[in-house]
Amino acid sequence: MTHSSDTDTALRSLLSDVLGLSAERAAALTDASGLFGALPELDSMAVAGLLTELEDRFDLVIDDDEVDGDMLGTYGDLLAFVRCKRGET
Amino acid sequence: MLATWPCPGPAGLLDEAAVAFDRGRAARLLIVPPLFEEMNRTRRFLAEAQRALDAAGIDSFLPDLPGCNESLQAFCAQTLDSWRDAMLAAARHFAATHVLALRGGALVFPTSLPGWVLEPVKGASILRQLLRARVLFTREAGLAEDSAELLEQGRIHGIELAGYRLGSALVEGLEAAVPGGEGPKSSTQRVIHQSELGAGAMWLRSEPGEDPAQSEALARIIAAEIAA
Repeated sequence: MTHSSDTDTALRSLLSDVLGLSAERAAALTDASGLFGALPELDSMAVAGLLTELEDRFDLVIDDDEVDGDMLGTYGDLLAFVRCKRGET
Repeated sequence: MLATWPCPGPAGLLDEAAVAFDRGRAARLLIVPPLFEEMNRTRRFLAEAQRALDAAGIDSFLPDLPGCNESLQAFCAQTLDSWRDAMLAAARHFAATHVLALRGGALVFPTSLPGWVLEPVKGASILRQLLRARVLFTREAGLAEDSAELLEQGRIHGIELAGYRLGSALVEGLEAAVPGGEGPKSSTQRVIHQSELGAGAMWLRSEPGEDPAQSEALARIIAAEIAA
């Protein structure tokens, strides 16, 4: 229903909600921007909330086993994960 | 600003705290906060909304849930029913005419009062997120835990999730609870969606923040609908 640039936009919007980023800062995230491990506010409770919102907004089911540093290390990792789950790659 | 109200507890009534804006006006709003971490994340947002409601001529009361915030009651002894009893007692004490429940607060608010629920959430969703946070946390520590096994343990013995010691009755209550009470009976509360507030939800923020524009938008909706 949405194509991949919409996924990028929606994911930035979600991260800006979770991290309290301005629209400018959310737009400035690059594939290499560090997330889990790089941002102290992204603790396990915040990640759990982020995953729940990902599931709701993108209509996904994410298994706990899929969640690790490879999936959440950088913005590019997370975007690739969501696109893969949505069958966009 | 800070008021107390008599709350039922295991050994009779005891005082609990509430943030109160009380000038004896006709419209008196009880605010039932979200549960767990979302309560902390929305506290400043709600306090700002209370100030805006005060300016709009509406009294408001934000009580602590027993076991949370300033409360001296044990968290591990709390159940959804103890929170329901407490919120009903607060509504009576403050003579509330309306209610606003946020998120998981929609599982425990007095459903007989007219009012609003903001983005209500099912108990099972809250529990799932708490379990997930624990699984992620222990995995960082190099341990492997399984959500389903943790849930089973929680049903029998209670469980510590995200720093909260949940009793078994609270786990079981959350598993079954749906917003707005026990059935689809109530049309006395309107659901407010986050999109009506024009910005991202405060309860999603990993660090508690504030957004005066959003608080004012919430107060404006409530004031307009009370006046209607």
